[in-house]
This record gives sequence, C-alpha cells and structure tokens, in this order.
Amino acid sequence: MNDVLTRSAAELADLLATGELTSVALTQACLDRIGQVDDAVHAFLHVDVEGALAEAAASDERRANGDLLSPLDGIPIAVKDVLVTVGLPTTCGSKILEGWVPPYDATVVRRLREAGLPILGKTNMDEFAMGSSTEHSAYGPTRNPWDLDRIPGGSGGGSAAAVAAFEAPLALGTDTGGSIRQPGAVTGTVGVKPTYGGVSRYGLVAMANSLDQVGPVTRTVLDSALLHELIGGHDPLDSTSIDQPVPALVEAARQGATGDLTGLRVGVITELGGEGYQAGVLARFQESLDLLVGAGAEVVEVSCPSFVHALATYYLIMPCEASSNLAKFDAMRYGLRVVPEAAAHGGPPSAEDVMRATRDAGFGDEVKRRIILGTYALSSGYYDAYYGQAQKVRTLISRDFEAAFAQADVLVSPTAPTTAFRLGEKLDDPLAMYLNDLATIPANLAGVPGISLPSGLADEDGLPAGFQVLAPAMADDRLYRVGAALEALLEKKWGGPLLAQAPVLDGVQA
Amino acid sequence: MPDTSGSTASARVEITRAEVAHLATLARIDLSDAELDHLAPQLSVILESVASITGVAGDEVPPTSHPLPLTNVFRDDVVVPGLTPEQALAGAPEVEQQRFSVPRILGDEQ
Repeated sequence: MNDVLTRSAAELADLLATGELTSVALTQACLDRIGQVDDAVHAFLHVDVEGALAEAAASDERRANGDLLSPLDGIPIAVKDVLVTVGLPTTCGSKILEGWVPPYDATVVRRLREAGLPILGKTNMDEFAMGSSTEHSAYGPTRNPWDLDRIPGGSGGGSAAAVAAFEAPLALGTDTGGSIRQPGAVTGTVGVKPTYGGVSRYGLVAMANSLDQVGPVTRTVLDSALLHELIGGHDPLDSTSIDQPVPALVEAARQGATGDLTGLRVGVITELGGEGYQAGVLARFQESLDLLVGAGAEVVEVSCPSFVHALATYYLIMPCEASSNLAKFDAMRYGLRVVPEAAAHGGPPSAEDVMRATRDAGFGDEVKRRIILGTYALSSGYYDAYYGQAQKVRTLISRDFEAAFAQADVLVSPTAPTTAFRLGEKLDDPLAMYLNDLATIPANLAGVPGISLPSGLADEDGLPAGFQVLAPAMADDRLYRVGAALEALLEKKWGGPLLAQAPVLDGVQA
Repeated sequence: MPDTSGSTASARVEITRAEVAHLATLARIDLSDAELDHLAPQLSVILESVASITGVAGDEVPPTSHPLPLTNVFRDDVVVPGLTPEQALAGAPEVEQQRFSVPRILGDEQ
C-alpha cells in the first residue's frame, strides 16, 4: 500500500504545503487503492476518476499560484450517496433512483467544491439510510475491512469502510439514529454527528427530517474537526439551519490532544451499558474512562430514565417522517417509472397504478416496512397513541439530557452494544437490527451532538469497539476536546493508530 | 427491546394481513401476496415493541416535533436563479413539450 494512503488529512495538508506531495498524486493513489480493494470492500457505488483528477490538477495549480481555497484544498473526499451531486449519480442505495443525476448540489457538497476537495465518488449505504449494516443497499452490501464476512455498520457503511480501507482520507456521512457513529464504531474509525441544525441539510435526501444530520467520517479526531468546520455553519436554504457561528472545533481538537482534561466532568449514562452490551465492548469502554480520569477528568454517574424508551420512540417518529418524506417518489418527475402491463380495472394504467407498481419495484423490504409502519402510526385512530405519544416521550428524553448536562460537561457510553456482526445474521430480524442503535438514538431525538472514536479491539473477536461522547447542543467543541484527548492517550498505549492493526487487504479477491 | 419498566404496555398489538394490504394501498405500494405474508407478522412484532411507550408520558408533557425551537424564516424578496426547464426535466421518466408527461390521472368514472 502506498504510504500516503495511511496519513491523516491534516498530515496530507502539510505534505501538500511543503511540496512533497501533489493533489494529483494523492488523488491517483486513492483511485488506485479503490481499484485494488473495492471489488472486495464495495464501499463505492460510483467512482469519478476524471472529475476527481481534474479537481486535483486545479488544486495543484491554485497552490502554485498561492491562492488556496481552504486548509483542505486538494485533499480527496468520498460522499455518501444520499447527498445530491451535480454530474454524479445519486441513488440513495435505491433502485428507485438508479441512474438519477441531480440538477443541483447539496450545500455541503457545494462547500466541498468551493473549498477545493476532489470528490472521489459516492459511497454505499442502506437504502434511503434505513439500516445498521448497509445490507439494505439495493446494490449489494459493503464489507467491513477488518473482516470481509462482517458488516461495516449502517447506514453509512460505505463512507466508514472507505476511510477504514484507506480508499479515502475523508468522507461525508449522515446520521439519523447513529448512521455515522455506529459504522465508525464497528470499523475503528471516527464519526461525528453535529448538533441538529449545525450543518445544512439542503440536498440531503430526507429520511426523517427532524433527526437527519450530515457529519464527518474520518480516521482521526482532528480530521473530523477540520471537515466539520468546513461544512458547518448557517445555510439560508435550510430553514432548520442554526444562524450562529460554528464553535472553534479545530482549536478544541488541538487543545484536547495535549491530553489535559483537568476539571472536566464526565457523566456515565447508567441506562447505556450493562445488559445487552458485549463484554469486550464494555471492557474497552471502562479502560477509556480510566484514561480520561488519569487525564484529570472527574467521573459522575448520571441517570437518564427515559432513555429506555428511546428506541421505541425513534421507531415511531422515524417511520412516520419517512413515510411522508418518501411520498415524493411517485414516478412522475424523476426516478424509476414502472408501467404495469395490465391494471386491475382493465383500462389503461392510471397515474396511481404506475405509482403503486413503481414503488413496489423500486423500494426494498426495509423501506416498505418503514413506510407501512409510518402510515399505520399516522393513520386516524392511532395518531395520538403512537406518533403523539412518541413526540411527548421525545420531550422527556430532552429533559433527561438537560438534567444530565447540569451534572456533567459531556456524557459518555459505548457507541454500539456489540462489535461487527456477520453479513446476513440480522437481515430478516428487524428488531435485532434496530438494537444496534440503542446508544446512538437519544442524541438524534434531542438534537445534541455526538462523536464515536475507536476504544480498542474486543477480546472475544479482535474487532473494533467504539467510545461515544455526547455534548449539549452547539457545544460540539467539547466532543473534539475530549475525543482528541482520549485518542492521544489510547494511541500512546497502542503505539499508533488502531487501524494500523487492521488487515492490509492488498491482493484481496472479491 | 430494553427494559421498559414504568410503562403500562404489554398489550398485544396485532396487525392483520388485510390491514397491511389497506396500508399499502394508502402508501401507494403494490405488495405481492408473498410480501404481505412476510410483512404482516414482522410489523406485529415491531408494533408490539414500540407500543411499550403507551402511557409513558402524561397529558401534561408537551410534544416535541423538532429538537430545536423553530422560528419562521424570512429573506429579502430578491429573484435568484432557479433550474432551467432542461435541468428540471433532465431526470423525468417522460417529457413532452417541455413538460412532465404523466399517465392519465382520472379514472374512467370521472
């Protein structure tokens, strides 16, 4: 493997600055790596060789002229296929959007282009971001670079696997119930869900619009901070965008990396641990907590009693919003159109006949499950008992966070209850699949930010486990301070990054 | 499902095959017989599980539709460029006279 591939984006920016590396050479190295391993990993749904190299050449020219667009100018990036991109197909992992090329860019994609980052391609995902394993992609699953027989998490398994397999130094993901953080945990990478409204959702194809959030997927905490600062901030095109400056995230990461957390109060959430969590995941969590204490942090136990209802609340609110958001796939203005051969009424097919046939052919099992569930929970007679009640419990969960953040500056838990499971193991058992997001869902319901970073390898299976840090809304900088401190302490213990222990994948066969 | 102590729920929730068929009609999805057979029991299991929140929050708890308070957003009434007709129609399944071409929208009885 080419040495530059394992470097962090921050290191690569330095190499570009000193002239030791060009963006074209770096981008070509990533494309070569994709060519070498992606038949086996399948992190990408579309690779844009020409576009990425053209942008890289433009970046090298800007550098020669001394007019760089951003600190990450010239660093290639992969983009989850739920974010719309002019000139690049956007499928959301669904047959209903196969071959669709959007006529506009998501705001975050526009910011990447304006900052000079070559876009390598679009990454695989569970269809419309519905899933925790990327097995619900209509284009086949992504595989975990640590063990190709296992899932890379989901829904953003493609973005996480792309950075874990050194195919890209950076990626964008989206997180509705854990789709950035849980893949981060099971692939030994870093993922951040920013404060709801902290990063624009314009051009993010919505699953559940009150929960969805775009965020960074990287190999280091500092890289996430660099990318987060670049994509974050107010966007007039998103009515839920927060009109306030983004906190100083890079500075917080650099400060945290010194390893001093004196005076920091860390709250351990009673309800997010214990039963249902794999022993090796809990052991790595406890070790990480001990390291934080060693760095000067004070640990307090906090109880968030309503969190036991978070999963049920989420699996009502999310399908309700999804069933409404996905109504726009009606076979009329874009996407798939299936005209049934014969309509039940005998006449030529009507728009409704076409709609029904198209949505049957275009949507996969999990999407259908959630649309039907949402339709049920929103129907008259059930609305108050399900959707109305879930919205109230959502209030209780937010109140639990408020009370917890009165006692602690950040809250911590394992990111996911287990390490990566085998492909196919939970595919047809929706409830077992949903349990993967147990610890990540509360943050989405309350809109607070969260990070997942690697805590080590579980003893039972030698697979990565994740450590989650949560902070109050708009205090995203705390994630980076604590995350960078823990990362530095853990890497000192490991003698290098965790991913250095991952299989090299050179010469793998699909 | 995690421990749901404090909830009143373990009421059996069942969703019949006929109900799933009706919901599929509302959601404009043609489900095959095999899909109906497969989905109905799965949805019952999921519903039984999510029904655990019944009674968790009392009447005095206000609902949250959105994690952060929303206020109406205004902008200056300035014309900004939009999509050209060609761009807007680029992904359409069928186009006619610079318009989206769609199947008939009225039934025979209308």
